[in-house]
Amino acid sequence: LLQPAVSVGNVGQLATDLVISTLNMTKVGYFYTDCLVPMVGNNPYATAEENSMELSINAEVYSLPSKRLVVLQIRSPFIKNKYRPFCQTLLSWVKSSKCARVVLLSSSHAYQRDDEQLLGTPLRYLLTPDLQKAVGGLMQELNWKEMEKVAAYPGINDTEKVLHIPGGGITKLLFTESCSKGIQMAVLLKFCSEGDNIPDAFALVNYLNEWLQLIRSEVNTSSQWKIPSSWRLLFGNGLPPALF
Amino acid sequence: MATFFGEVVVAPSRAGVDDEESAEEAREETPEDREIRRELEKKREIDVLWTLKSGASTESSADEPFVCSRFIVAIGHNAAAFLSSFILDSVSWEVVGVVKLWNEWCRTSNTTNVLPTDSFCLFYRLISDPTVLLCQCSCYVAEDQQFQWLEKVFGCMRKEGLQVTILSTCPVADYKTQESTLTLPSPFLKALKTKEFKEQVCCPLLEQPNIVRDLPAA
Repeated sequence: LLQPAVSVGNVGQLATDLVISTLNMTKVGYFYTDCLVPMVGNNPYATAEENSMELSINAEVYSLPSKRLVVLQIRSPFIKNKYRPFCQTLLSWVKSSKCARVVLLSSSHAYQRDDEQLLGTPLRYLLTPDLQKAVGGLMQELNWKEMEKVAAYPGINDTEKVLHIPGGGITKLLFTESCSKGIQMAVLLKFCSEGDNIPDAFALVNYLNEWLQLIRSEVNTSSQWKIPSSWRLLFGNGLPPALF
Repeated sequence: MATFFGEVVVAPSRAGVDDEESAEEAREETPEDREIRRELEKKREIDVLWTLKSGASTESSADEPFVCSRFIVAIGHNAAAFLSSFILDSVSWEVVGVVKLWNEWCRTSNTTNVLPTDSFCLFYRLISDPTVLLCQCSCYVAEDQQFQWLEKVFGCMRKEGLQVTILSTCPVADYKTQESTLTLPSPFLKALKTKEFKEQVCCPLLEQPNIVRDLPAA
């Protein structure tokens, strides 16, 4: 199961859009939930007149049987105080549907990085202990960087370290819950800021691809991902001619 | 984050979960907290009251789901006013229900004889065909109440053979299009429909990337 966390820059969601759009995944269902702000629109992955009229809502599930991949896309923010029940429901669905692994795409505030994190790659990963056994070695080979823990009481006591993912939304909660429930979960995140997060989405989805090999990685991988039609006009309408 | 002027502010994040909020949740909830939260939730509960033929009001849960063939819902002041001006009249329509709710933005009036400037949510039935229901909702239904509204209202009606039409308005400035919205001839109509809706739609469909949110979306 691949899914985003609603996080800074919406990078996880944008990256998920790229996966669904490029692999031409089929919608197989949706979550009927009171935890997310309601929204509805026409098919965001429309490519022609014929397929542009299907309604789309805030939490939908897509699948690609050939790669044994299921993707959950979340399109609106959590309603206040509802993100915990959502996480509980989600994880119990993961268990009951016997999903083997969960990959969570997320992001974290770039301005919260320490001096060391400012250098080198802005991409990080996290693995629950159950998944660590299976793919920990692969991460070493890929030369990936694990998300660093920070001091629980900075300045006072530097020995106790905790996981801190500012701007990550439900990332930390899902990860810690998965650790305790024995779920194999990987978190892939990128440090970023709010703004034009399309390049961040590409970086994250290419990072994902290094591991899962969803598409053939060639030299110029950016051009291999298909941008969905709903990404038009992300930054507003055309300008009024009267302005000139 | 630092703004252009050098001041450091906490930027609202699209993550939707503030760190303070999650830290608060991590604290153990005391019995007082639980009580306060319960009281707040009760205050924000929605009550749907239906008026039976005899004129007595009962709670919706006591009723059998009633048969409905067409349900027209007008959400927002403009849509509600449209129904008042062109459709509703005291001869053909009768009031059959009301939704009572409270949130930080509005409280619904207690009477069914409402003024256009009041916040209200009323249900009307066509006297000549009692399976045709109309709802005028000019009050704002908050995010956390939308699902409840949906479940309680639709929970009272039989869904087989039901056709639902939702009327709503959005500011033209929110409409995303290649040209500037200044040059658009407004007002204009757009529609969204489910696969099951087989009839002709009277206006063009809403183009991507535009979306509908809140109660009409729910």
